[in-house]
This record gives sequence, C-alpha cells and structure tokens, in this order.
Amino acid sequence: MTLTQATGELLLPDHEAIGAWRRLRDRLAHADRDTAAAALAALAGDIRRTVISTIAGAGLGHTGGDLSVTDILTTLYGAVLRIDPARPGWPDRDRLILSKGHCSVALYTTLTTCGYFPAERLRAFAAPMSPLNGHPSRRAVPGVETSTGPLGHGLPVGVGVAVGLRLRGSPARTVVVLGDGELQEGSNWEAAMTAAHRGLASLTAVVDRNGLQQGARTSDTNGLEPLADKWRAFGWEAVEVDGHDHLALLDALTAPRGDRPRCVIARTVKGRGVSFMEDRVEWHHKVPDAEQARLALEELR
Amino acid sequence: MIVEETYDCRDSFADELVRLAHADSRIVAVCNDSVGSSKLGAFAKEFPDRLVNVGIAEQDMVGVGAGLANAGLVPFVCGAATFLTARALEQIKADVAYSLANVKLCGMSPGLSYGALGPTHHSTEDLSWLRAIADLPVVVPADPAQTRAAIRWAAGTDGPVFLRIGRFPVPDVSPPGDDPAFTYGRASRLREGEDATIVATGTMVSRALLAASLLAERGVSARVVNVSTVSPLDREEIAAAARQTRAVVTAEEAVPTGGLGAAVAEVVLATRPVPMRLLGPRTFAPTGDPEFLLEHFELTADGIARSALEVLGLDHS
Repeated sequence: MTLTQATGELLLPDHEAIGAWRRLRDRLAHADRDTAAAALAALAGDIRRTVISTIAGAGLGHTGGDLSVTDILTTLYGAVLRIDPARPGWPDRDRLILSKGHCSVALYTTLTTCGYFPAERLRAFAAPMSPLNGHPSRRAVPGVETSTGPLGHGLPVGVGVAVGLRLRGSPARTVVVLGDGELQEGSNWEAAMTAAHRGLASLTAVVDRNGLQQGARTSDTNGLEPLADKWRAFGWEAVEVDGHDHLALLDALTAPRGDRPRCVIARTVKGRGVSFMEDRVEWHHKVPDAEQARLALEELR
Repeated sequence: MIVEETYDCRDSFADELVRLAHADSRIVAVCNDSVGSSKLGAFAKEFPDRLVNVGIAEQDMVGVGAGLANAGLVPFVCGAATFLTARALEQIKADVAYSLANVKLCGMSPGLSYGALGPTHHSTEDLSWLRAIADLPVVVPADPAQTRAAIRWAAGTDGPVFLRIGRFPVPDVSPPGDDPAFTYGRASRLREGEDATIVATGTMVSRALLAASLLAERGVSARVVNVSTVSPLDREEIAAAARQTRAVVTAEEAVPTGGLGAAVAEVVLATRPVPMRLLGPRTFAPTGDPEFLLEHFELTADGIARSALEVLGLDHS
C-alpha cells in the first residue's frame, strides 16, 4: 500500500536508555515503598522538566494537561506496564493508549525514558517533517498504539484490544488514559458498556481528573460528578486516588482483579508542579515564554 | 423475454467470510446489532466467540475494530453503510485510516437499497466522504463473483479497506473465466466502444451494459467500464476513455458530487476534457421502493442511454 504521508526520519530505539530503564524496573521490583516512591518522583521530575523545555522550544503544546498526567504515565511506564521498548510490536506487550492525545509531549517524553527513541529527538517536536506531531501518530512513533487527538476515541480502541488479546489467549493488559473533559464524548460510554458486558478484567481506564477543560472547569461546562458512581453504574470497578501519589497509583493499577474492568479516577492538578500554572484554565494550551520556562524549571528542580 | 437471475451480494459476502474464517483464525466479525442485516447468522453459528456485537453503537464498533486489529486479529466491521460511515466517520479517519489499522469496514445495503425507509437510511454520501480519506481503499463490487474476490483480497491485504456490499439484486456482470473477478485498483472494460464511455460502479454496472445495448440499436458505440475500486481510481482506464471516446457518462448509486462522478471528472479534466454527464441522486430521495428511486434518479438503462445521447449532442426523441 502506498502511504500518502511523509513522516520524516524514523525513530529508532535508544539502547542506552533502554538499559537504564530496565535497571530502574529491576530496582523497583525489589525496592521498599519509600525507595520506589523516591525513584518514581525523580523520574516524574525529569519528565516534567523535559516537558517544559520541549514545549517552550517548540512554541506549541498543552502544558497544563501534560503536567497533570505526568505522574500517571510515570507510574505506568516506570513500574506497571509489561513492555519491551526494543520490540514495540511484541504481540504480548501491555498496551497503553493515551486517549487525551493532546498531551503528546508527556507521552513522547515518557517513551524516551523507556528508550523507544532518543530524548534528543524531542527537540524536533512539532518541527516541519518531524515524526513528533502535536498529537501522537501510530504511523510515526514507536510505542504509540493508535493515533489519537480527537477526543473519545481511546476507550473503544482499548476495548477492542482487550477483546482481541483475550481471544488470542494473551496475558497482556490494556490501559487507556483518559482526560476528564473528554468523558463528555458519548463514545466513551458506548465503550464502557461493551467493556462491562464482556467482563474485560484486563482493561483499566485511568481518568486524569484535573477538573479543567479547554474553556473552563468541567463542573461549569457539563458536570461529570458523581463520576465514580457513573462508572460503577456502567458495571465497572471504580477507585479514586491522588493522581500525584505514585504509590497510590501503583496500588490502584496493580491490585488483584475480579471479573470487571477497572476505572482509576486520578485526582490531579492541571499544571502540577509549577505554581503559576497550577489549576489555571489558561494553561490548557498556553506556551511558556523564555522567562516563564526558566521560572518553571527552577520550581521543578 | 429472458429474465436474468439476480443476487443480493450480501449473501456472497457472508458465505465467503465464513469460508475465509475457517482458513484463518485471525478473522473476526464486529457488528452493531446487525447480525441479520449484515447476514452474519452463519458466521455467528460457526464462530460464536469470533463475533463481537457491540449493540447499537457505531463509534464503539469502529474503535473496537481498530483495537482488535492492534491485537493481531483481522476484523470485518459490518453495519448498514449509512450508519457505519456517517456515525463513525471520525473513527474511520483517525482510528482506522490514519492509524493504518488492519480493519475491513463493510458497508452493507448502501445507496438507495433501503427504499421507502427513506433518506435517513440511504447511504448516498459514503463514496464522497470515504474517497476524501487518505490510505483508505474504497471498493465497490458489482456482482457476486466480484464480491467474493474483493473479500478475499481484503482479507489478504494488510491495511484498512472499505467494502461497499450491495443489497439491491444484481445479475452477474463479470466475464466468465475472469479470474480474479476483482483486481485492486483496476477498472475493467466490460464492453468496447468508440463514441461514448459509460463508467459505472456497483448496482449500476449491469444497467450500464444494458444501456450500451440500447445505444447500439441507435448506432452509437458505447464503451462500458466497471470501476470496482473507486479509490484509488484506475486513472489510466479513465484517461483512455477521455482520449478515445467523445463523451463520458458516470452512473452510481451515490451522490456524484465527490463520488465516482467527481473522481472520473477530475481525471477527464486533466487528460482531455470531453462533455460529461454525472448520474446519481442529487437530492434527498422521495418515498418509494428502490426500483422506483433508481428510476426517479434516471439510474436505469434508459436513463443512462438517454444521457449518453444528450451528451453526444444526438437527438433522442
């Protein structure tokens, strides 16, 4: 088949980073909780700093949401997902789908910490012909399972993955990271019904519940509460955790499963870690200028 | 008068899908409460675990299809063409085409075949919409043999495909011994002719052949081209029509604005502009059964022949 889109230079695995990531995973597997929490916090700090410099450098990005989802992605890639960054197509890999595709910089950065591709390539984010688009493309970025950007697409795809893996007898798990605002899209609830009806216990939805959408608070736009009860009413297990507490996330993501899909509602703060961005609606897709980036990096040190 | 036997291509689709599923355990079917109308009853009986019926939820259905492909399966996602394409167009674009997911979208009962159920159920925009999406082959088989061959091709191809599976009864149009009856990206010239070319797809192909016979009685030699891959179009075959004949008529059970007609016009214009007539519904249909609606929109042998005469500047009284 002839492809009509040029995606620039290929992204290839960074074997040095893969080695470092594997050592981290080994260390975390045997670490006590305090050590694990410290290691994940350090990784999250690295990711946040890179997110800020990448967005400031490119002049494009969704800073607030990137910073609210960082600890979720850090926990998943740092301690939960069974993946092999050297083999992004490994059939039995766990799948992570970032349904809130506008937070691509947080995802790309996290992928570089696993070694899917070298961190230097982040400098080309949003540049002409770069594989690193404003929203993640499955065509161009290893580790991206499906192209996202339009909201409400990730969960149906995750349901299909979970059904398919079960049919194939694969032990792999599927995690879909959702924005809270995007739960206003009805397609999520179609998929939630299907997942419960089919008893997809290998499927987890994580909601980055930062309470803000592009234009205003979710509660002032089209309120979502009682959100956990909604998921339960749709036949899911639902737990609420502090979405910046790595150990709480880790527990919620790895607790023994029954026969139902699980929703982890991660209470987060948009712009987390940078005082002048935290819980401010304008930082949805505002880009820090040089001075703001300097201040942000200082706070994140 | 010899009455030709006609077929509902959904039956050939259903039969071939079961046959393929026996040979390839990766093949699964996904549908939107359309087991009956997508003719998946036999598939459901033979492979109950491999049918994913998501209920009345087309966005979910297409997303689930993309997910199944991600897990290494080969999903045939089936639903009435109008709901599959209109309701889930963004999923088709983003989850399937842009993601290059190995999903076979099967739009059942397209065009005007739902008749008096009305324009809400007619799928006349699908060819325009889907032709605008990159990397999404749009395949419209014209008879049972083409339907079977197109499904075999789709199952063996890694990547997105849209198959438009007709419900309106059609006769065989594939030349006997033509194997395979469908070749991806290639239009087939079913009848030679020098004066005008009739370019048709799906249901309209048999009617185009009849129109050419009517024209022959009037001393007009009409070429008939069956376009079974609407996107990407076989540009060479269309360019040959523009170079070698003096007029082109297109006929489709879909809006020609953006559909086959527009696709053909783009090539004719870029090759050697000749007078054209693009046949197809251009308004919401009135009430009536499918046969009546095809007549209403001049999508008959008579209507096609009349258009050819007009566009050649010949008196047709």
